[in-house]
Amino acid sequence: MYDTNYHRASSIDEAVNIMAAAAEGKYLSGGMTLIPTMKQRLAAPSDLVDLRHIAEMKGIAVDGRSVRIGAASTHEEVATSAALAAVCPAICRLAAHIGDPHVRHMGTIGGSIANNDPAADYPAAMLALDAVIVTDRREISAGDFFTGLFETALEDGEIITAVRFEAPARAAYQKFPNPASRYAMTGVFVVRRDDGGVRVAVTGAGSDGVFRHPGLEAALAANWSPDAVANVMVDATDLLSDLHASAAYRANLVKVMTKRAVAAA
Amino acid sequence: MSVDGIGARVARKEDRRFLTGKGRYTDDMSVPGMKFAVFVRSPHAHATIKSIDAKAAKTMPGVIDVLDGKQLQADGIGNLICGWMIHSKDGSPMKMGAWRPLADKTVRYVGDAVAIVVADSVAEARDAAEAVAVDYEPLPVVTDPVEALGEGQPQIHSEAPKNLIFDWELGDAAAVDRAIAAAAHVTEMKIVNNRLSPNAMEPRAALGIYDAGDDHYTCYTTSQNPHLARLVMSAFYNVAPENKLRVIAPDVGGGFGSKIYIYPEEIVCLWASKRTGVPVKWTADRTEAFLTDAHGRDHVSTVKMAFDGNNRITALKVDTIANLGAYMSLFSSCVPTYLYATLLSGQYAIPAIHANVRTVYTNTAPVDAYRGAGRPEATYLLERTMETAARELGLPPGELRRINFIRTFPHQTPVIMNYDAGDYEASLNAAMEAADWNGFAARRAEAERRGMKRGIGMSCYIEACGLAPSAAVGSLGAGVGLWESAEVRVNAVGTIEVMTGSHSHGQGHETTFAQLVAERFGVPIDSVNIVHGDTDKVQMGMGTYGSRSGAVGMSAVAKALDKVEAKAKKVAAHLMEADERDVVIEDGALKVAGTDKSVPWSQVALASYTAHNLPSGMEPGLKESAFYDPSNFTFPAGCHICEVEVDPETGQTKIVQFVAADDFGNIINPMIVEGQVHGGLAQGIGQALLEGVHYDDSGQLLTASYMDYAMPRADDLPSFKVTTSNTPCPGNPLGVKGCGEAGAIGSPPALINAVTDAIGNNEITMPATPQKVWAAAQAAH
Ligand SMILES: Cc1cc2nc3c(=O)[nH]c(=O)nc-3n(C[C@H](O)[C@H](O)[C@H](O)COP(=O)(O)OP(=O)(O)OC[C@H]3O[C@@H](n4cnc5c(N)ncnc54)[C@H](O)[C@@H]3O)c2cc1C
Repeated sequence: MYDTNYHRASSIDEAVNIMAAAAEGKYLSGGMTLIPTMKQRLAAPSDLVDLRHIAEMKGIAVDGRSVRIGAASTHEEVATSAALAAVCPAICRLAAHIGDPHVRHMGTIGGSIANNDPAADYPAAMLALDAVIVTDRREISAGDFFTGLFETALEDGEIITAVRFEAPARAAYQKFPNPASRYAMTGVFVVRRDDGGVRVAVTGAGSDGVFRHPGLEAALAANWSPDAVANVMVDATDLLSDLHASAAYRANLVKVMTKRAVAAA
Repeated sequence: MSVDGIGARVARKEDRRFLTGKGRYTDDMSVPGMKFAVFVRSPHAHATIKSIDAKAAKTMPGVIDVLDGKQLQADGIGNLICGWMIHSKDGSPMKMGAWRPLADKTVRYVGDAVAIVVADSVAEARDAAEAVAVDYEPLPVVTDPVEALGEGQPQIHSEAPKNLIFDWELGDAAAVDRAIAAAAHVTEMKIVNNRLSPNAMEPRAALGIYDAGDDHYTCYTTSQNPHLARLVMSAFYNVAPENKLRVIAPDVGGGFGSKIYIYPEEIVCLWASKRTGVPVKWTADRTEAFLTDAHGRDHVSTVKMAFDGNNRITALKVDTIANLGAYMSLFSSCVPTYLYATLLSGQYAIPAIHANVRTVYTNTAPVDAYRGAGRPEATYLLERTMETAARELGLPPGELRRINFIRTFPHQTPVIMNYDAGDYEASLNAAMEAADWNGFAARRAEAERRGMKRGIGMSCYIEACGLAPSAAVGSLGAGVGLWESAEVRVNAVGTIEVMTGSHSHGQGHETTFAQLVAERFGVPIDSVNIVHGDTDKVQMGMGTYGSRSGAVGMSAVAKALDKVEAKAKKVAAHLMEADERDVVIEDGALKVAGTDKSVPWSQVALASYTAHNLPSGMEPGLKESAFYDPSNFTFPAGCHICEVEVDPETGQTKIVQFVAADDFGNIINPMIVEGQVHGGLAQGIGQALLEGVHYDDSGQLLTASYMDYAMPRADDLPSFKVTTSNTPCPGNPLGVKGCGEAGAIGSPPALINAVTDAIGNNEITMPATPQKVWAAAQAAH
């Protein structure tokens, strides 16, 4: 790791100001992604601005079916929130299967979303839940937020402070883990609203990051049942192909995980 | 026997230290003035070094020096060696290219060391290493061993045309061809044994300390055999003569073979310590471990197995290409030859066997012994072929094996080995019973109803431990003898120290070796200390690998104990005024049989050292040493049965049952044996289901971290059912055979046989990842 200056911010404003003054600063949340990258010398921020001690960014609030999760909430907090489990247990289960206990006690939802790893779990949930990503300066819908591999709509110095969404009638996440990293080799988050609207978001499989699958959504909107998936064509053309899984295999997993998610929802 | 003696489930003495974080590893060592090293490594798989410019690096903060291969060569440090000479079938010696500890002209794999930076801190050394400007001119690359032998491929060492190191054979080719021509059935297969990364928990490390006052070197290092390291470093690398070089391998966190070899780093740290005048410590990071620890396996083979009309094997023909990587590591040549082809008879009476083995250079990390070394490759090839043959012949897999089992001993195979003892049917029966083989059909039907494909597979393995005797291995090309030595020092108060040339890096010697002493003298194991891993403390030794420490290392201890016992009896007889032939050792005392005369062990020890009242002419003291050279290998064997459920939609394989019925001869500590089997099974299952080293076409290592290299985790593994049924080994005084590698040897074919049974498609390579199993299951429809 190269030398860096560590700052602990106690408010969002303070964090933004420190960042603005830094030569090449980076926000630090759980550090589960950023610190290993720095140790490998693949990232060399001049300054680290720690967001974990900002009260405004913490806490999970559920009001009726409106959910607000502070960006500094750890995966463990999301996994074990009783209030959240009462309205949207799918996101609790998703969080409970991220990494290992150490990672879950440090890593945060804000960090995960900001990083937008193409194999991360939360982006699928955000997209399927049509969540709103709240920042220090605006609100961005998930559909506009995730723009590509490790790419987001965040501007320089912009901080995710929370995410908001309306808990749906039904939702479930099914993840097929990569045998080595146990990130999602393919993960599918399905959501069905009271009005029958369906969203299907896929992570781990897209060569351009998380995406929605219109074919699956249409089939499930017409018939919300695992069987409805069988006849949907999942095109492998834009899917990732790597050492662990070919695009064709991932296309298969998209269908199988969708089917299982619908069954579990 | 005493409560702590042979056969007792004694908790490991060393675990207090390890479990409380008090282990002392090489990286824990700190000496005054110590500095830190980082190696500059090649980012190219094959390139010419045009220049190395360290001027800027040398002026950076904290940097003491930057040294490269030209300086190393100027100081007369030798090339790394391969310690086993193999001759090709045309009689020519193997074609070994030079392996410089620091490459000076050409780099041949990603990770090849080109310079060492010594600095006040690791961070400063790393900064400076980045500033060393190496001008490389990339050369074409080949990583695939089959391609490397072809026309027009990059030439990796000028000494080895077409990258062929040797083309070796064993057995009677003509007899095999005749038998195949006359066969009622021939099973043919192509078998790939995947390349593995050893992944010891503790990465390699070295601390080189040069003492200018005495012109003496000390090397702390992560070694499975410190004496061998000293021998090789002094005899071949000219680091220092043996009497000027002390090698210490303190606690070592796992080796699995990868810490047998002497690598560039320890040599360079010692040399750099003299050059810079400061002690130099280097510890690999995990990426370096993936890049530079010797890999294992990597064979591509074809096999033909011929049967007569009674389903008896009449011949076996094997053709293997073994990838040895960019350089020949210390034992690389014997692994795919004498540790592999000699085991191709398995548990079966096969009249004729012929194996042809070609070893090949590629632009990949060196390949050498890894847990099992050659024997897993032989077992996988043989047991996959047996299972396939059973399917082709329409016989139950156990039945075909039974028809062909060797049943009388000793048994001379056509491939050198002479099996001394075994009962293969006993292991097969024990495994089939533990696995409820007969209930499988019902379990499969039940799984089918849940949409799961259930399969069962077996493997009947044999292995050879305790490579020996020295004269025989010498005649086959070994550069060393394969005996072991021990010294038993009884202190004046009766406590005992055993100095052994074996080295424990997870095996539990501090407990099992003490159990042997407890058994013999009736003393508590707490009064026995096992000393190992230091060339200044232990007389000599060949170290630990090939499951040799029980059969060879403990046998040496037993021999020294015999001598101590004989002398102690003489002293006791003198003290009790009895005939030494009537003296027996019981419960920590020496007694005159049939009388109530007795002297405690401690009193005999004291009498030996006060020397006030010894038999006339007897030397004082109670300390004896012994060297033990076995008369043969030992032959552990057994049967593994694996049952899996494959999810046909995802290709995910779940192991629902794993049974290992092993014959390890006599057992010193059943709990430690079970631990060894469990660990071996985890590695074998890892190979079969998860692990695999992959290079891309440019020679970059794709699996250079745990993000891409899949290590087995607890939830990948079932609860193992482990049983033993023992035929004592007649070849050594303890009747032990060895258990360290069996798990890794027997399990991969059992698992793949189960997976292929489940999906109804025999075409699958290890690791059987979900993607591959899914594709194979699709193809089966
Ligand atoms: C062993 C291991 C296993 C893992 N397994 C999984 C898995 O299965 N699934 C999965 O989804 N993830 C997995 N992860 C990643 C984990 O979830 C990380 O915690 C997460 O990706 C990043 O969150 P963090 O809080 O640690 O962010 P950090 O590492 O602190 O930061 C990540 C990036 O986001 C930026 N950032 C952080 N917070 C904010 C913010 N509020 N606003 C703007 N930018 C911000 C940082 O500047 C940095 O660029 C794993 C990680 C490890 C180490």
